[in-house]
Amino acid sequence: MDNLNNKDYQKFVEEKIPKPTYARNIILAFLVGGAICTIGEFIMNYLSNKGLDEEAVSSATSIIMVFLGALLTGLGIYDQIGKFGGAGAAVPITGFANSIVAPAMEFKKEGFIFGVASKMFVIAGPVLVYGVSSSIIVGILTILFQR
Amino acid sequence: MEYLKAFIVGGAICVIGQIILDRTKFTPAHILVSFLTLGVILGGVGVYEPIAKFGGAGATIPITGFGYALSQGAIKGAKANGIIGAFTGGLQAAAGGIAAAIIFGYIMAVIFNPKTKN
Amino acid sequence: MSLKKIGERTFKLNNPPSILGNYSIVGPKEGDGPLKDYFDEILEDDLWGEESFEKAETKIQEQTIRAAIENANLSLSDIDLLLSGDLLNQIVASGYSARGLSIPFIGLYGACSTMTESLAVGAMFIDGGFGDKIVCATSSHFSSAERQFRFPLEYASQRKFSAQWTVTGSGATILSAAGEGPFITYVTPGKIVDPGIKDASNMGAAMAPAAIDTLISHFKDTGFEPSDYDLIITGDLGIIGKSIVMDMMKEEGYDLEGIFTDCGAEIFDPYKQDTHAGGSGCGCSAVVFNGYILKEMKKGRFKRVLLAATGALHSPLITQQGESIPSISHAVTIDINRI
Repeated sequence: MDNLNNKDYQKFVEEKIPKPTYARNIILAFLVGGAICTIGEFIMNYLSNKGLDEEAVSSATSIIMVFLGALLTGLGIYDQIGKFGGAGAAVPITGFANSIVAPAMEFKKEGFIFGVASKMFVIAGPVLVYGVSSSIIVGILTILFQR
Repeated sequence: MEYLKAFIVGGAICVIGQIILDRTKFTPAHILVSFLTLGVILGGVGVYEPIAKFGGAGATIPITGFGYALSQGAIKGAKANGIIGAFTGGLQAAAGGIAAAIIFGYIMAVIFNPKTKN
Repeated sequence: MSLKKIGERTFKLNNPPSILGNYSIVGPKEGDGPLKDYFDEILEDDLWGEESFEKAETKIQEQTIRAAIENANLSLSDIDLLLSGDLLNQIVASGYSARGLSIPFIGLYGACSTMTESLAVGAMFIDGGFGDKIVCATSSHFSSAERQFRFPLEYASQRKFSAQWTVTGSGATILSAAGEGPFITYVTPGKIVDPGIKDASNMGAAMAPAAIDTLISHFKDTGFEPSDYDLIITGDLGIIGKSIVMDMMKEEGYDLEGIFTDCGAEIFDPYKQDTHAGGSGCGCSAVVFNGYILKEMKKGRFKRVLLAATGALHSPLITQQGESIPSISHAVTIDINRI
């Protein structure tokens, strides 16, 4: 064993680990992600027909989808969808809602300030940091390139 | 037809995420952060707009669409109000989703308790 | 001058302590697995009426210790020392369960190797004449470990095939200077071995070399062959780690076929229970030892067993800093004869 270096060992280990069921995972991610987006499309259409303008439709759809993701997480259903659909459940905005609600629920016992309110951003926090920061850069570049 | 487009575009974006999850050490949290940032960049260079036009909710519901909304807001703000708009535009456009995530997240945490997995 | 050390690092106990009592409590999932008939108590609800999973784990450990003492026909006042540890930060499940017991307590941290770490230390205490009755215990809880080491329970993610499932449960063993056996006869403490694995969802592979290192030293020091044992069992390497140990031990000239297994590979049915690479956690080797192994020894099926619990001594913080996972394995020989 002394003559086995870490690199060889890791290669040896890789061969022991069953490969993910790639095809199955991809199909399920496609179906679950597609289905969630289709629900979003339905909500968008419904709101458009109600006479909301484009921006309002977009915001309202986000709010409704986030609500659904949060509710299903609270009910203990969304983690099952995630186990089944993988990225199909993680990538839509409902997955973003899940990433906020799951830690918030989990840390309730540690109190409502340092538990719920603080931990709700453990995963969503980085998302907002990079999203907002990069959008500001895009905005500044827009100004620079306009001149 | 538009439902089919939404299904296919949304499903395809999720498939890219799944391939990254299965092939790399990325966790779903990494996917969320990188897809959102990617959405901002693609929105900034104008590539995401045609995808959104074609795919509808299939392009706006995935987290990349959230990034797209942030970048469109920032661009619009910058054009209208200059540097201040560049700062405020992105969050303004995404405010609904973020505010909803915070309040619903809090409410759900108050109401529900996590369940052990089986 | 050491009187009891043989070879490079094994201790031979001249006054081997006897196992006087033992007890195991497991959660519902473990109670649904292949070893369900061996556990003393199966919980229907893994919160067990407590407010949090940490408090539930504390209660499980305290009740296991109380029941083990009862099983040995002793009372709390007979106990000279409690040796226990767990996975939670600052080993709180052990500290808080000891709070309710009011007996001398030495806390141990060996991650998932704590069962054999406590048995090893306890056996040496008794062999050295420092006490007559010692409790060795440990516990783990799926939900308290999950939130400390991985993701929140309701977070939507897929588990990797190399990932293991933390056992909810606790085991306690009462060691005594006098008794009918089984006896703890040899102790081989582990060295830290780190094969450079950084993936915390691949623990079996991270810990397997530590187990191999300890097993080989044990055989060299004692002169035992694998065939001198009826069972050689590691702690929580799971299915992947077990296969690594089998292959690498064979390369080293030790054929473990038919004698060797791993507690983590035995406790769950990976197909029916969707546990991927098997069980893990301090509780894994604790409940398999105090449930399955000791009961089969009493029936006479195993006469001499080598138990080598395995532990990964990392924290989420330091793995985020890019460090690999250092691992350890402590082995103890349990023999129905005093030798």
